[in-house]
Amino acid sequence: MTQVVDERELEASFERTIAHNDRIEPRDWMPDAYRNSLIRQIAQHAHSEIIGMQPEANWITRAPSLRRKAILLAKVQDEAGHGLYLYSACETLGVSRDDLTRRLIEGRQKYSSIFNYPTLSYADVGTIGWLVDGAAICNQVPLCRTSYGPYGRAMIRICKEESFHQRQGYELLTTMMRGTDEQRALVQESVDRFWWPALMMFGPSDEQSANTEQSMAWGIKRHTNDELRQRFVDMTVPQAQALGVTLPDPDLVWNEERGAYDFGTPDWDEFWAVVKGDGPCNAQRVAHRRRAWDEGAWVREAATAFAASQQTSEVR
Amino acid sequence: MSSGVKAEWPLYEVFVRGKRGLNHVHVGSLHAPDDQMALLHARDVYTRRNEGVSIWVVRSTNVLASSPSEKDPLFAPSGDKVYRHPTFYEIADNVPHM
Repeated sequence: MTQVVDERELEASFERTIAHNDRIEPRDWMPDAYRNSLIRQIAQHAHSEIIGMQPEANWITRAPSLRRKAILLAKVQDEAGHGLYLYSACETLGVSRDDLTRRLIEGRQKYSSIFNYPTLSYADVGTIGWLVDGAAICNQVPLCRTSYGPYGRAMIRICKEESFHQRQGYELLTTMMRGTDEQRALVQESVDRFWWPALMMFGPSDEQSANTEQSMAWGIKRHTNDELRQRFVDMTVPQAQALGVTLPDPDLVWNEERGAYDFGTPDWDEFWAVVKGDGPCNAQRVAHRRRAWDEGAWVREAATAFAASQQTSEVR
Repeated sequence: MSSGVKAEWPLYEVFVRGKRGLNHVHVGSLHAPDDQMALLHARDVYTRRNEGVSIWVVRSTNVLASSPSEKDPLFAPSGDKVYRHPTFYEIADNVPHM
């Protein structure tokens, strides 16, 4: 006997799961809009990890010591791993890996705009670990409790590893700050360049954010962009003081009443320009990813052909 | 540039035993051209920090899963058998070790 299940009943069951803070799993019924919103967010997150390998990989061959080189290699490998966890979470929603890659290299899906800034000195490796991965941790820790099971589980794995990323960056900067005046100047210059783009990583302010309200209702996001940005600033200021650098914001001041730091407004015109493709490195990042994809085609094909030939010989 | 073969590598599910004495637990999935490569990729993707002492990989298409829509009928047989749980039995408070 076939039972026709009422769409409204399915939707009610979905809403109950969300209301109970339970997780939605891949084969559960879910509204199309929820599915599409997750695909957009998880894919963008995965793409960010993969594109994020580039600015740091830029320095692997010029690492100042074997120790730093081994650390940087491990870190860039982690970013690849994070991308793979997230792509596999995204695929449980019914998109294929190849399709996701194509959407990235054809510019149909975005990645975090922070990776469209160049890395000009080795201090940037430290600053990215400290500020960029620090901001990412702020964003990602609450996502461990996101309503979609596979996404939350991927985030738990990622968060465990991000802590290494942030600490190696901070330690790198600490080492440089104990060095020469020239090295200290490199650190300050790097922090000056990355501070505002790091704040922009949390996305547009709450009143400008198109997706936040619905994403929070669905339990995909747990905090607004501005809440997370504030949390990041409050965590980072004492770290900057301990490091001995200044953060390039004249409006940054402790607000006793709020128990939090007041800070200036990021340059949102710059943010939107970079998102829309006019950042310093947008074209270069995507072109590099496209080249890696094209030049890797023969490897993918050869491995497939080899697997097929092994199967044939087994049959014989 | 790419030639004939367009198909994606098949999808594998990955299970890792964290340490001796524990079950293998599902940790995620990955694409690989064949079983042997799936095992190597699983090592690189899922055990970069000593997360495991043993890995299983299995083609996703070989996993048969119960359907979420038949959840209630499938599990119904255990739903009304409260006598299978120890809490079903009332034992006087003065009986020790039970």
